[in-house]
Amino acid sequence: MKKIMIFGAASAIAQETAKLFARDGENLFLVDMNIGRLEAVRDDILSRFKTKIEIYEMNALDFDKHQELFDKAIQTLGGLDAVLIAHGTLPDQIKTQEAQEMIIREFNINCVSVISLASIAANYFEKKKEGCIAVISSVAGDRGRQSNYIYGAAKGGVTTFLQGLRNRMTHSGVSVVTIKPGMVDTPMTAHLPKSPLFAKPGVVGKGIYKAMLSGKAVAYLPGYWRLIMFIIKMIPEWIFKKMKL
Amino acid sequence: MIIGDYESWGRYPKYKPNDVFSVYWRNEIPDLGKFPNKILPYAWGKSYGDSCLNENGILIDTKNLSKFISFDEENGLFRCEAGVTLASILDFFVPRGWFLSVTPGTKFISVAGAVANDVHGKNHHNSGSFGCHVTKFELVRSSGERLICSNEENTELFKATIGGLGLTGLITWVEFKLKPCPSAFFAMESEKFYNVDEFFDINDKSEKTFDYTVSWVDCTASGSSLGRGIYNRGNHAHPEEYEIPKLPNQKLKSFPFDAAFINSFSVNVFNMLYFNKQINRIEKNVVHYDPFFYPLDAVLHWNKAYGKQGFLQYQFVVPFGNEKDTIREILKQVSGSGMSSFLTVLKTFGDMKSPGMLSFPRPGVTMAIDFRMNGDKTLKFLESLDSIVRESGGVIYPAKDARMSAEDFQKFYPQWTEFEKYIDPAFSSSFWRRVTKKINN
Ligand SMILES: Cc1cc2nc3c(=O)[nH]c(=O)nc-3n(C[C@H](O)[C@H](O)[C@H](O)COP(=O)(O)OP(=O)(O)OC[C@H]3O[C@@H](n4cnc5c(N)ncnc54)[C@H](O)[C@@H]3O)c2cc1C
Ligand SMILES: NC(=O)c1ccc[n+]([C@@H]2O[C@H](COP(=O)([O-])OP(=O)(O)OC[C@H]3O[C@@H](n4cnc5c(N)ncnc54)[C@H](OP(=O)(O)O)[C@@H]3O)[C@@H](O)[C@H]2O)c1
Repeated sequence: MKKIMIFGAASAIAQETAKLFARDGENLFLVDMNIGRLEAVRDDILSRFKTKIEIYEMNALDFDKHQELFDKAIQTLGGLDAVLIAHGTLPDQIKTQEAQEMIIREFNINCVSVISLASIAANYFEKKKEGCIAVISSVAGDRGRQSNYIYGAAKGGVTTFLQGLRNRMTHSGVSVVTIKPGMVDTPMTAHLPKSPLFAKPGVVGKGIYKAMLSGKAVAYLPGYWRLIMFIIKMIPEWIFKKMKL
Repeated sequence: MIIGDYESWGRYPKYKPNDVFSVYWRNEIPDLGKFPNKILPYAWGKSYGDSCLNENGILIDTKNLSKFISFDEENGLFRCEAGVTLASILDFFVPRGWFLSVTPGTKFISVAGAVANDVHGKNHHNSGSFGCHVTKFELVRSSGERLICSNEENTELFKATIGGLGLTGLITWVEFKLKPCPSAFFAMESEKFYNVDEFFDINDKSEKTFDYTVSWVDCTASGSSLGRGIYNRGNHAHPEEYEIPKLPNQKLKSFPFDAAFINSFSVNVFNMLYFNKQINRIEKNVVHYDPFFYPLDAVLHWNKAYGKQGFLQYQFVVPFGNEKDTIREILKQVSGSGMSSFLTVLKTFGDMKSPGMLSFPRPGVTMAIDFRMNGDKTLKFLESLDSIVRESGGVIYPAKDARMSAEDFQKFYPQWTEFEKYIDPAFSSSFWRRVTKKINN
């Protein structure tokens, strides 16, 4: 029985991953910023599978409480074997680019808080010489596009951070898993018109579960995004800059 | 989804809402009194006509209320959010030995939709409708009240909401009974019948020993073959009695585009081939619940095969008495009309009473016939069927209806004036506005 903390556990994607771990009998410590939502998520899982679930309300922007959160999770579950960091927001690019305080806020949620949480997890697992840190980044972090570059840059920051962290943690036997979903049909994208490229949260959640079990370095989810992003990254900048993407 | 995606299954009529509002969390339902237009819950849009549509109004999309809440294994009592599909319940529970007490012919519907239309299935003759197995639900009203409705609390709203067409408030969760099942498989028998009388003979015998029965009728057949078809019956397959096959690994296919594939030629060919496909008079098989209950679900969006103009399903029930003549008369009309139906289903309802105030099922014979929408010609023809149903004391099923007259509805469901008292003032539907129009006489 493993002990897993999920930050942003009310996310449509993370819920699906949580269910799969619960099915395996793993114990869960679920964190998100709304206790009512966490209760709904917990009840959903417990009505299906018999396991132990703790819920904890916290805003990722409370940076000075990050360490306390880990202490609490470790104390409640009696240690940790894996952490999944899943929270995030998808800002409206146009509105955000015009408001400096919004840019900073989005970076704080999607990049700074993630790096902070992952760093605390890393220090803990490095001592234990085992563990898994999985983080939901995004294909949007692979290349900046005018329609989405604030979110994209925050995710790009996370991706680069995780590359370095993986390099460091490999020596201690800790896996660092970068998850790069493409477009997923969740509350985050509810306002967007849907195309066949949208994946279901269940598919992505299962991909995360598998990537965490195997300790894979980078998981594009669904897998075809690896090819799409490969092509997008290959476009020379002098052409790319003129494109409307 | 975009507004244009909020269609009904028959894709007729094409009524667009002004706006759609999605709910995600059962404890964060918005103030339902604040919307500028009338509202109506919408789940998976598997109702055929306009009962899930709200032209120029607002739809509250409940698909994302998709969480389980609790399961009491001792009593088989399951509670889940309103938008949970029967498919996801089966996926989870069948491997654990539980089945739905009642299921309609598609598993891609929500539990709240099953309540709002008080749906029936192949076991109506012994288990009644879905509402017979509902113990409790929560209803959010535009006044802001959250009411627990059951046989003990808010009983009038409990009865009005079962079969209440989504008009009495927003259901956030439903508690209902599941039943134990010995496997995911069914011991099924198919028996050919060559006319209406034979159907009733086989039916009388089969209903005594089979939990599930339904028949397909070849409505292109006429003359001495009028009313021929195939009678399907089955029971849960016990592993001690039957060899249970390995789980099928079927992938869902999806009908890719709008195309009028279904026309009188293809319908005639299909019906003939289907009837003749079965060589022996009786065939026995052990089949998975998917082909047993949901043969149509194997092709997603099969409704698009009728083309852009859509189709109508005509489902009625007529009381026992002169039911044989009525069914014969209807079949004569259909086969003579040239508006042949791809799929015609025949079944008898039992006498188990649902709490539902406005529920459709009642003792008698029910028949469902699909028609491609061909404008006035189709509508006129269905009016001629109405008169047969009316005269034999039958009623039409609102969940499938897109066109019955206000006069007929008000005669079929005289309790509608009583029901109206329980409608939430902020709620309405295209169906309801249509069938409650003032009648001039
Ligand atoms: C292939 C096929 C086979 C079928 N076979 C059968 C059958 O054998 N027997 C049968 O009875 N029916 C059958 N039906 C009809 C279908 O079962 C019903 O129309 C069902 O109600 C559809 O549910 P839905 O979730 O799609 O809801 P929708 O069609 O979206 O809505 C149905 C009604 O439920 C209301 N509603 C939805 N959510 C809520 C909520 N949260 N709170 C309050 N009201 C709500 C809506 O306002 C609407 O009035 C069949 C349909 C298809 C497409
Ligand atoms: N959906 C996509 O297309 C897509 C694509 C690529 C990557 N991703 C990434 O996938 C992850 C999951 O997103 P999702 O699609 O599942 O969306 P979601 O359902 O909206 O989940 C986002 C979650 O993050 C939580 N959250 C937001 N801000 C927070 C904060 N300050 N502190 C704590 N929690 C906070 C939200 O909490 P509340 O529920 O309380 O609001 C919510 O539970 C995100 O990192 C997202 O960037 C999504």
